[in-house]
Amino acid sequence: MKVAEAIIKFLESENVKTIFGYPGGAVLPLYKSLKTSTINHILVRHEQAAIHAASGYALNTNKVGVCLATSGPGATNLITGIANAYMDSIPVVIITGQVNTNIIGYDSFQEADIIGATEPFTKYNFLVKNENEIGKIFKEAFHIANTGRKGPVLIDIPTDIQNKIVEYNYPETIDILGYKPTFNGNKNQIKKAYEKICKSEKPLLCIGNGILSSNARKELQDFISLTEIPVVHTLLGKGALDEKDPHYIGMIGSHGHKFANNLIEKSDLLIIIGMSISNRTTANFSTNEKSIIHIDIDPAEVGKNLVSNIPIIGDAKNILKELSNYKYNSAYENWINIINFEKENNNIYLGKNKIIDLKLAAITDKLGDNAVFIADVGNNQICAAHNIKMYKNRKFFTSGRLGTMGFSLPASIGSQASDITNEIVVIIGDGGFQMVMNELITLYENNLNVKIILMDDNSLGMVRDLQKNRYDETFSTNFKSNPDFHKICSANNVKYFNLNSLKDTEEFINYNSLCLGRINQRDDFYE
Amino acid sequence: MSRYTIALVVNNQSGVLSKIAGLFTRRGYNIDSLSVGTLDSEFLSRMTIVFNGDENTLEQVKKQLNKLIDVIKVVDLSKDLSISRELVLIKVDTNSNNKRDIIDIVDTFRAKIISYNKKSIIIELTGDKPKIDAFTSVLSSYGVKELTRTGSVGLLR
Repeated sequence: MKVAEAIIKFLESENVKTIFGYPGGAVLPLYKSLKTSTINHILVRHEQAAIHAASGYALNTNKVGVCLATSGPGATNLITGIANAYMDSIPVVIITGQVNTNIIGYDSFQEADIIGATEPFTKYNFLVKNENEIGKIFKEAFHIANTGRKGPVLIDIPTDIQNKIVEYNYPETIDILGYKPTFNGNKNQIKKAYEKICKSEKPLLCIGNGILSSNARKELQDFISLTEIPVVHTLLGKGALDEKDPHYIGMIGSHGHKFANNLIEKSDLLIIIGMSISNRTTANFSTNEKSIIHIDIDPAEVGKNLVSNIPIIGDAKNILKELSNYKYNSAYENWINIINFEKENNNIYLGKNKIIDLKLAAITDKLGDNAVFIADVGNNQICAAHNIKMYKNRKFFTSGRLGTMGFSLPASIGSQASDITNEIVVIIGDGGFQMVMNELITLYENNLNVKIILMDDNSLGMVRDLQKNRYDETFSTNFKSNPDFHKICSANNVKYFNLNSLKDTEEFINYNSLCLGRINQRDDFYE
Repeated sequence: MSRYTIALVVNNQSGVLSKIAGLFTRRGYNIDSLSVGTLDSEFLSRMTIVFNGDENTLEQVKKQLNKLIDVIKVVDLSKDLSISRELVLIKVDTNSNNKRDIIDIVDTFRAKIISYNKKSIIIELTGDKPKIDAFTSVLSSYGVKELTRTGSVGLLR
């Protein structure tokens, strides 16, 4: 069988249902094999959307998302999305075509060194030189992408290799000499952590992406029910804990709640699980003079930005289970009083816009308990993070560490395609929307039922605010002219609603097909 | 700032060197010297890397290198328990006046003359960094024409 046929069979063995791609000369053998396979191929309108969609697929399923692009510009168009997946630890496998083996290195037509270019932000990448290794490479790629600290893995396949004849062989076992991620936490460290928790009077759990990526929501819930420890989270940790839970406090970080950041300073023990402690997270608090338990799957995160007393390397789900095997006798009355005081007196966050906040909260409160919210980047993202409440099975995705504008809409293609029963809601600003509005037609073409909330302030709101605050004036952050978004929707067969009107808002909430509701932040509202 | 030496066992395939060098560049660490050679198995190479930094840099370098899938083992050779050597080849201009002096220096340092003609000689010396530094500095007054150093290789005792 041809290598291209074998590759599609590997994807089927990995239970990949949908892939996202854009064809070109160097991947035509793969497209020929795709045509007759059971895998659904979604044709995007720009390669960047393919990688974001694969990320959206992976985030919604915790399975590996797959995207496909041709050599040269096809591959380089993926780069932003690959960096995004790397920063947010999203498991994706990226397949790129490459020029024929005998003309690699000659600056051939549509040749680009995508291996070299993506080296800094792929977890691993392969250039396939020997067709007989193709099975091993795919097996390893899927394994590396979705174990340990998850991330993107790129496979670059020259066209002539795709056409070579091989015997079908997909290995069942994996043994990668240099890749053995630690899964189980060290028992002694876990015991030490337990003892530390017992001694603490003001403990605080600080959770991030790792809870969601290790599928540990239940284990987290069990652990806090047992220990009664209050919980703050990062932007990417939103949705890891039901916000109706009495232990839920709020979001930390530069755009987090003031009280949540204050409580970090006031606690005597921080239990950090699955977060990278980036500069945006720690912008508004200091961690001096307190004990820190740091749980992470990636040993390099421990001690990178913060020195911890008790590091535990391993899978969050597993370690939380182990910690829950102990008996706790928790009474934090004094601490709870401090928390309540803070919550009452410092309930503010950067960029608060009361009218818009109320508006978004009112709309999203009426959506389902299983809704998946995908926020873009900027003021719309922060507004979404503060006003959309995570109840029951709701999920919240966004581009956290890279801050990639134009992530949400393409990601919704993947999230919706992975499970068409999900209610997918995109929150996006007019800046990000104009970067990716060409993908509206992809949603329509594939019958993907996504609700888009366009928060239109006719500007790049967050950057404008930064400019005002730091440089006293604004330049180039207000759009002189925006397109007529109603017409854009009509042209793409997307139902349009004006969310400044009460009637439209109600219809929008109940509308059960692809639609866009625009909040015009400069106009009056119905309230 | 201190000097640290680490040894790596890595997959012997194209692209690995650039992955490792790239990691140092990206994170702002500066490589002083680097040497690579294959091991018994043709699939593996051993690298010795010398770099400057503090304790934190060393920790991060080790952790980040360990994260690379092509890196199989990281050994810290900075401790007293390790031995390291580098090799230098030096070409020196000679004439009837200085030849005797140079040969004396070569003997003192237990170096070797490996090429000898009317105009110049080439000397080979192995040793740790301070010894090589001392040797090159003594010879510098005699008109060193060309010099090449390998960078350190090291082993734990």
